[in-house]
Amino acid sequence: MDLNFLPFEQPIAELEAKIEELRRVGHDNQINIEEEIERLQAKSHSLTAKIFAELTDWQISQLARHPQRPYTLDYIPRIFEDFQELHGDRTFADDHAIVGGIARLNGRPVVLIGHQKGRDTKEKLYRNFGMPKPEGYRKALRLMELAERFRLPLLTFIDTPGAYPGIDAEERGQSEAIARNLLVMAHLRTPILCTVIGEGGSGGALAIGVGDRLLMLQFSTYSVISPEGCASILWKSAEKAELAAEAMAITAEKLHALQLVDGIVPEPLGGAHRHPEQMAETLKEQLIAQLDELCDQDQEELLARRYQRLLAFGRFKEQKP
Amino acid sequence: MSWFERLMPSRIRTDVQRKRTVPEGLWAKCPGCNAVLYRVELDRNLDVCPKCNHHNRISARRRLDIFLDETPREEIGAQIESLDPLKFKDLKKYKDRLAQAQKKTQEREALIVMLGKLKGLSVVAAAFEFGFMGGSMGSVVGERFVRGVETALAKNASLICFSASGGARMQESLFSLMQMAKTSAAIGRLRARGLPFISVLTDPTMGGVSASLAMLGDLNIAEPKALIGFAGPRVIQQTVRETLPEGFQRSEFLLEHGALDLILDRRQMRDKIADLLAMLTHRPKP
Repeated sequence: MDLNFLPFEQPIAELEAKIEELRRVGHDNQINIEEEIERLQAKSHSLTAKIFAELTDWQISQLARHPQRPYTLDYIPRIFEDFQELHGDRTFADDHAIVGGIARLNGRPVVLIGHQKGRDTKEKLYRNFGMPKPEGYRKALRLMELAERFRLPLLTFIDTPGAYPGIDAEERGQSEAIARNLLVMAHLRTPILCTVIGEGGSGGALAIGVGDRLLMLQFSTYSVISPEGCASILWKSAEKAELAAEAMAITAEKLHALQLVDGIVPEPLGGAHRHPEQMAETLKEQLIAQLDELCDQDQEELLARRYQRLLAFGRFKEQKP
Repeated sequence: MSWFERLMPSRIRTDVQRKRTVPEGLWAKCPGCNAVLYRVELDRNLDVCPKCNHHNRISARRRLDIFLDETPREEIGAQIESLDPLKFKDLKKYKDRLAQAQKKTQEREALIVMLGKLKGLSVVAAAFEFGFMGGSMGSVVGERFVRGVETALAKNASLICFSASGGARMQESLFSLMQMAKTSAAIGRLRARGLPFISVLTDPTMGGVSASLAMLGDLNIAEPKALIGFAGPRVIQQTVRETLPEGFQRSEFLLEHGALDLILDRRQMRDKIADLLAMLTHRPKP
């Protein structure tokens, strides 16, 4: 079993391995097997299309956390020009689970903030599995204020299992760090465009996710608690994560239907991890288009709309007295 | 009655019914020091143990009742009720859980908001009902809180919120998470207008409530020994696999680490907060 493929991707993995093998044989023997390769590729394509047309919510949540899924730092060089990373919260430390900096998007200077996960064990530890501590949110806060001060639009990329649940994080005020970002982002005097690129894990995600628009990549998820966490509390067993994923409506499609998300960015066939270049291309177009709209708005109007948008969240009934 | 007793009726007659002479609810055991306390006295002491100062959890309505002046009082947002936007069902239906919580607490939702006076000062006071699904924040809690903020803005009143919550309400999924953004945004409006927001964190204040409105007070005040934090102690223990330090995530711990302005005994809450509000709003000592 290829660990870079999820269980439901295995049939694709097998076909891809076969194609790869044929290619090697072709090189060795100088035999023309192009036709066979083409046939297999077409098959792989239609198989992928078939598998991806019937994904369950649980499978999507696995895709959102796919080990090969592109992370913030994979997108930045493919979407932006002249990126300069800016470090530290100026108070305590530089949290590697959140990266930020300044760059140009299609020539327009912007401020970027995003969660960052690691790919191998060493990198995962270095990035703390994409789980920020208070200093990460305070670094983000400092960059938000920088964006406001210099009238630069703010773009955020959300991809975290959640804020880090640790002793040190609690000591330094994890709750306060998240809460303050929510308050500041709600009224920050510059356009804010947020995109969930992978895993939108609860308050740890929202802490860089309040803005004028919220986009989600097609196979990303956003939820108040992980399916495993929800299952272990409500079903008394983490094994029921599949049911929890379904019940919580965590996919881009469902959240868009519930009007909690403004737009879905389509992913290439097989998911962002199969064609990162193509994904970055699509995302870049979307970001430019959305930002053009936001930057055209009068600032007071923009802020009033953002406030109305935030206040409109929630479903309830009201009996007239 | 056992088969033996049926065959050989006992000559000693003890009436089982008459054994219980102490009516239920007259005495209460303090969870802090195990002292047996006279219920009436405990009530008079605002549910604080007179022996060890343990602050018992109290209902939202009682909280507001002991905090506000007797008149005037006007409840805000009582007519707002839960929907079930996701038709959520785990082992039980969300609808049933709601009905059950309503029956148990006699409240319609987990946050009660009132416009009233505190020693003559105009205030909006909100209190979480922990008995209602763990005081969890869903759409109704968020909306009632925001109505409270709007009332405070309209009446030039200060806002005080007593939180007691396990966090966001899972059964409303992302709608719940967004209440964190919604309530925080509303607090921004109070700040812009220079109206004080006093957050009183009571046992327990965790997760999404702690990481939004509860930590955003102009003053963050806690009751003694309340459990306050973002992640639950069990989750932290599973993550770090270390024993948690003594008193971890209790009010005193938070005060020591700079997250709180002060810790207040429940019996001083009214006097102290009234005086602090008076100073913040340039009014004479009430």
